[in-house]
Amino acid sequence: MAPSVCLQEMIRVIRSARTQGEERGVIQRECAAIRAQFRQADSGGRSHNLAKLLYVHMLGYPAHFGQMECVRMIASPRYSEKRIGYLGAMMLLDEKQDASLLITNSIKNDLSHSSQYIQSLALCTLACMGSAEMCRDLAPEIERLLKASNSYIKKKAALCAVHIVRKIPELGELFTPSAHSLLSDKNHGVLHGAVVLITELCERNPGNLDEFRKAVPELVQIMKGLVTSGYSPEHNVAGISDPFLQVRVLRLLRILGRNNDEASDAMNDLLAQVATNTDSSKTAGSAVLYETVLTIMDIKSESGLRVLAVNILGRFLLNNDRNIRYISMTSLQKIVQTDHTAVQRHRGTIVDCLKDQDASVKRRALELSLALVSAANIRSMMKELLRFLSTCPPELRSHATSGIFNAAERYAPSQRWHIDTILHVLITAGGDVRDETVPNLIQLISVASELHCYTVHKLYRALISDISQQSLVQVACWCIGEYGDLLLKGDCDEIEPMQVTEDDVLDVLETILQSHMSSPTSRGFALTAIMKLSTRITNNIDRIRSVVSIYGSCIDVELQQRAVEYNALFKKYDHMRAAVLERMPIMDKNSPGHANGDPSGEITKDLIQTTPIQGLLIQEPASQVCDLLDLLGETNTSSQANQNQVNTTSNSTSSSVQENLLDLLGGLEPTPAPNVTVYEKGGVNLKLQCDNQTETAITVTFTASNSTQSDITSFTLQAAVPKSVQLQMKAPSGDVIPAQGRGTVTQTILLNNPNKASLKMRVRLSYTSQGTLCQDMVQIDSFPSPAWN
Amino acid sequence: MMRFLLLFSRQGKIRLQKWFLPLGEREKKKIIRDMTTMVLARKPRTCNFLHWKDLKIVYKRYASLYFCCGLEEEDNELLALEVLHRYVELLDKYFGNVCELDIIFNFEKAYFILDEFLMGGEVQETSKQSIAKSIEASDMLQETMEEYMSKPAF
Repeated sequence: MAPSVCLQEMIRVIRSARTQGEERGVIQRECAAIRAQFRQADSGGRSHNLAKLLYVHMLGYPAHFGQMECVRMIASPRYSEKRIGYLGAMMLLDEKQDASLLITNSIKNDLSHSSQYIQSLALCTLACMGSAEMCRDLAPEIERLLKASNSYIKKKAALCAVHIVRKIPELGELFTPSAHSLLSDKNHGVLHGAVVLITELCERNPGNLDEFRKAVPELVQIMKGLVTSGYSPEHNVAGISDPFLQVRVLRLLRILGRNNDEASDAMNDLLAQVATNTDSSKTAGSAVLYETVLTIMDIKSESGLRVLAVNILGRFLLNNDRNIRYISMTSLQKIVQTDHTAVQRHRGTIVDCLKDQDASVKRRALELSLALVSAANIRSMMKELLRFLSTCPPELRSHATSGIFNAAERYAPSQRWHIDTILHVLITAGGDVRDETVPNLIQLISVASELHCYTVHKLYRALISDISQQSLVQVACWCIGEYGDLLLKGDCDEIEPMQVTEDDVLDVLETILQSHMSSPTSRGFALTAIMKLSTRITNNIDRIRSVVSIYGSCIDVELQQRAVEYNALFKKYDHMRAAVLERMPIMDKNSPGHANGDPSGEITKDLIQTTPIQGLLIQEPASQVCDLLDLLGETNTSSQANQNQVNTTSNSTSSSVQENLLDLLGGLEPTPAPNVTVYEKGGVNLKLQCDNQTETAITVTFTASNSTQSDITSFTLQAAVPKSVQLQMKAPSGDVIPAQGRGTVTQTILLNNPNKASLKMRVRLSYTSQGTLCQDMVQIDSFPSPAWN
Repeated sequence: MMRFLLLFSRQGKIRLQKWFLPLGEREKKKIIRDMTTMVLARKPRTCNFLHWKDLKIVYKRYASLYFCCGLEEEDNELLALEVLHRYVELLDKYFGNVCELDIIFNFEKAYFILDEFLMGGEVQETSKQSIAKSIEASDMLQETMEEYMSKPAF
């Protein structure tokens, strides 16, 4: 047996190995030697063998054969062996290993050892890897040690108790009395341990909160002592006296003061003192201030204190240290919903952080900026956000684009602005836009009918410079297909004129069809657009015909199907081509999710089943038109209009299917729902209108009008419904109702009643009229619709 | 509480790993891999905080070693920076101008010092002098025993 080398020698040898293979070889030799030594039970070099094994383990090699050796070493009377044995236990054994149970007895014995250092080894190991059984066995010991006179042991016992409470929350009861008494100790280590223990007890069992709220004055005293005490060399860190303890006390105060007025009052002064006196030029001070701010915002503090806290966060935002800027933004994110106005004051700084170099800071700034967008600042914020988008790191792009779209949709000051913003985003970051936004955008564009000319021109110009961004390509193709005639007319008010010939347009669309950059969806869009243009252009119909027939033999099945059917439109059904490819009617956004093919399928079935064959001539084309509409409805994601109208028609009785089908081509008129006045007082009139979307979803629209002489301001509606009904309030149209019926405020509420419970709603109005604040409540017991039967 | 504390070099070799939560070997290896990749990829003048799964990761570079710890939602990141700094100060005081090699060749002592400073993921003692005294006393105890048994230390 070669004499075993000492630890440091072995480390040197391993490090000098030039290749991985050489290292493995050395380690295998050493491990073999160590194993042999373990078997020998030689009392000499046991500790350094185990140390070597632990080193090997840290390099990532298997070391499980050392587990029993750890158990043996822990039981040894020698301190050096115990020390390394316990270290081995912490590294190699965890509660999942069976061998861990074997050390329970040794730990128990060592907990009562005469040497405090051996006691501390046992406590440390128990706190590190103690399993639930071990904790249960040894909890009474720990409780006894909490009352020891030795502060070295007390502080360790406190943290060990924390571990026990984490493992077995019920045992918390055992430690509650001692925990409270530990707070009167002078030793900072013990105090820190006590505060951590009380925090853990309160978090695990809210029943303890009342008990420990009695300790609030004591905690406040401790903090005051730390804050106002002079320089203490033992605990000073950058001018702050024991920041570790201060932060933990503040955190405990936060838990105790939450939702409790009395406790919050008791700590108000202290928090103000800490907030104003702490020097935050170094990290230690900033850590304390940060914890203070979190505490102030979480308890029931007075408004002055809250403002102070938000101002501290604002100051942090201007700090040179990036960490502090990041911290302040995470905190502001937490409070932006509740203290919106206070955070708005710092909007400028937050927006500046969008330009920071650090990606984490940018991410935080983006989320905060999106949360701060409001109707008042939408234009300036959007400018900043769009500027950010052009320099945005790739991982944030899709988040940024969807955030921008949401903000634009909620607060767009005008349709033209909205469309410009959308175009800007598509051009800058079209590749990162999420897929579901394309149909939304198309719907938006179709609604803004006056801007069709402008939109299609801008999209066309963007398209000819870049066809790689798929969302842009898809939206542009759809628009060119729909509004191609406007594009070719050439003139448009708001944009400088550009002569676009039919050949140019067809060139672009064909390029997209043939480009390998285009996704299959985009190619589908392009082909349909080309087809639609056949009714909007005059000269190049033959060209379109040839393109369509070429794609009749395309490998892509989707394109092939479309091409074949469009070919059929050219040949057999040329007489209805114009009608089929006509402009789409404006789509309704709020229709709930409908199955892609089913409603159309239903219609076809109904047609075949219920309609008597009145004449083959009428029947056949109708069903085949329906098939084609099917085609356009299923495969073209943008024709939600067809699906929507088909859906609503399938809800109505099937006998009028034939009429509804013809209606499809013309456009449906929705039957107006009854409008009922639910509240009439003091000149304020509130009307209710119901629309059933499906059997369980209902849209309720409130319209408020004002017949007094002066405007009503700050008008808000709050609504409550029975528990089984889900309610979603949309943004109101505004909060000012002009006087003398000159204007109204509407608020839409979406309800989902899956259990078809009887619907009741309680509405609370609150508004300011002629300087006085008025509030009123109205209960609505019956809704003007027969849907619930 | 702190869930783990890792020390690794610029080449990604782990020099110390302390786990305050029971995890399987594979999970530990995965966490080490993720931490080293994430932290080593950070550019020089970026902030010291990261987000990983549901944990806050705080890291600081001291010469050739990265000190990295994983915190829970409620923990104070700025204070964690102070904790890491305190640990480095303790090592520095003990080894006298500590460098990576000290930690490599005396890893067990680094662990002993850590065990006097942190326990169960929480700070145990907030006074530097107190910790230094305890370590010194433990070492004396070890040497006394060794002298008594007349065998050399490791």
